[in-house]
Amino acid sequence: MEHVISVLVENNPGVLARVAGLFSARGYNIESLSVAPTPDATISMITVVTSGDEIIIEQIMKQLNKVIEVLKVVDLTEEDHLERETALIKIVTKQGQQRDEAIRIAGIFRANIVDSTPQTYTFEVSGDSGKIQAVIDRLKPMGIKEIVRTGRIAIARDAL
Amino acid sequence: MKLTGSEIFVESLKCEGVKTIFGIPGGVVLKLFDVLHQQNDVEVVLTRHEQGAIHMAEGYAKATGKAGVALVTSGPGMTNIVTGLADAMMDSVPLVAFTGQVPTSLIGNDAFQEADNIGISRPCTKHNVLVKDVKDLATVIKEAFYIANTGRPGPVLVDIPKDVTTESAEFHYPDKVSLRGYRPTVSGNRFQIKQAADEILKAKRPVIYVGGGSVFSGAANEVRELADLTQIPVTMTVMGLGSFPGTHPLCMGMLGMHGTYCANMAMHEADLLIAVGARFDDRVTGKLSEFSPRARVIHIDIDPTSIKKNVHAHIPIVGDVKAVLKELVQVLSSMDGNPASVKTQRRPWLKQVNAWSAQHPLAYQQEGKKETKPQYVIDKAYELTKHKAIVVTDVGQHQMWAAQYFKSGLQRTFLTSGGLGTMGFGFPAAIGAQKAYPNKTVLCITSEGSFQMNLQELAVAAIHKLPVKIILLNNQFHGMVRQWQDLFYEGRYASSDLGNTPDFVKLAEAYGILGLRSEGPGDVEAVLKEGFKHKGPVMMDFVIDRFENCYPMIPAGGAQHEMMLEDPPQLKTARKPSRNKGEDADAVLPA
Repeated sequence: MEHVISVLVENNPGVLARVAGLFSARGYNIESLSVAPTPDATISMITVVTSGDEIIIEQIMKQLNKVIEVLKVVDLTEEDHLERETALIKIVTKQGQQRDEAIRIAGIFRANIVDSTPQTYTFEVSGDSGKIQAVIDRLKPMGIKEIVRTGRIAIARDAL
Repeated sequence: MKLTGSEIFVESLKCEGVKTIFGIPGGVVLKLFDVLHQQNDVEVVLTRHEQGAIHMAEGYAKATGKAGVALVTSGPGMTNIVTGLADAMMDSVPLVAFTGQVPTSLIGNDAFQEADNIGISRPCTKHNVLVKDVKDLATVIKEAFYIANTGRPGPVLVDIPKDVTTESAEFHYPDKVSLRGYRPTVSGNRFQIKQAADEILKAKRPVIYVGGGSVFSGAANEVRELADLTQIPVTMTVMGLGSFPGTHPLCMGMLGMHGTYCANMAMHEADLLIAVGARFDDRVTGKLSEFSPRARVIHIDIDPTSIKKNVHAHIPIVGDVKAVLKELVQVLSSMDGNPASVKTQRRPWLKQVNAWSAQHPLAYQQEGKKETKPQYVIDKAYELTKHKAIVVTDVGQHQMWAAQYFKSGLQRTFLTSGGLGTMGFGFPAAIGAQKAYPNKTVLCITSEGSFQMNLQELAVAAIHKLPVKIILLNNQFHGMVRQWQDLFYEGRYASSDLGNTPDFVKLAEAYGILGLRSEGPGDVEAVLKEGFKHKGPVMMDFVIDRFENCYPMIPAGGAQHEMMLEDPPQLKTARKPSRNKGEDADAVLPA
């Protein structure tokens, strides 16, 4: 099963290598990885999407905790949380009719058109992985030139 | 007062109470060695190879329980210590390894003798740090020692660029460290300990299974109290040896691949395992799916990742072994119905354990044989030194025989490379242990295969007059490899026959060390006695039965109760000649 784990780490050089190395050395899977600073400049947040059975996930959590520069590890899958991912999708649009259809799809999925040339459109779409996949599936028949995805980020929902 | 980085380095070592470091100089660490040269508090032992330095530091650390220190140069200096770092990582040996690095302005330029020390050592250190600013040096060193020595101990590497050794900064050695991401759990969860006590009282066939964690934590007394109080038989891993007296009536000896019949049978039939600072390594469990099938598991370990990694723990207790056992014994002593009734309740189980022990004790046949049995040499060495010796082994058959026959009674007196199985570990580690305890008897039990992997350190033993007693069990084979080839490769000795070189007595003499040879069983005792009497280091070369195999043995992937207890019938008759005809063909004729 897929797990979204957020890892707070010291903002030191090499920390990402330490975390990534841990996954590769022990044969754990990384499906997506995102790293960004937090409001505290000394701390970074790594969000990693991984998969494995209960025993493997428990080991991953423990192994991450064992890294000296890791401050906190949370398996967000265990609790109510929000997930988001952003994709930039460049499609090729030759005829006018196709360009109209592309704009219509963008509207349905609340994607923004962030760049346009006579032959291409670039969409920016944000949402959970399911939504991103749906947009990609719809745009595919027109001819996708390039897709860039951020990897997933996630945050816990607070109780009301 | 402002000091140079090199002075800060030396002052910091003094603050940590470091008396001895092992190393070899080189371009980028010249300034460090220069400052070390001008003071007398920290002694530098110049080794002949960096691998020697790191294993000496390991031996020093394993014998004393305090971090060993090595100092080597950049590039090849650093890459040569990688094996030792990996070894220390596996066996939880506290080490601080200082490596030189090219000047910060050159890092990443493929400079002369540059290597990515941090990248290379990352997976085989507990932690590593590149010091980029001389202002950070003292704090980094303080943290390095703290991390190496606390929690589950391990190696820490500090990478120091050349310019950091020459630049200056105010020196202030911090009193304490604040690492927000590192706070090992020491005392165990009370509720879990109470649960464990309940299980122990309920159990009918319990076993205490002791690993290296008990040695690092210094918990021998607590292990003994627990065993005595609850009348539970004890078995140890190779790393755990010394935690429990080998002569105690509840001692079953070592378990695992070459463990005793009794220990492995008891583990297999147990209804409760009390794992104490052990990690259920594959050499212990054998086939995991058939490992101790009826047992519930109490697992005490300071490292949470060791728990439930290979074997499910019903009652996990994270904490320092000594602290947890102390509390467990207290809880048990205060419980109703204990401990008087335990003795009667335990009787049938102990009877069974003793029966296994009597059924297949460790045994070898020396009488009437004209070749020396290696076990006999170890037996005699044990008889002559008893608990007064620190035994350091290399890796292979001799290591297992030493583990089986040297009944260590004290912690930190059986030093070996357990997890990584590093041939070449033994001799330098023995030098390190002897450096820590110049007046104790240090035995290096090794073989010609392992010994030749770091024999250059004979120079260090000679120059520093370190009286290591080398007991070299010489079968002219990579013996354990040859054993597996006999058992699983139809006796084809692919690259395991080492031939009859060198002459170890002459080799020792070339270094100015006394060399003695035992040609047959009649020589063994005399050679040992003469060697032990000699004041300096001694090389004792024991020519042993080339084809002796180490039993019991759980074949790789076998279940723990499926032990081979002696050579299978085909090995008792003629052996196939070696394919390596050029290499001493006579020696592989039937033994």
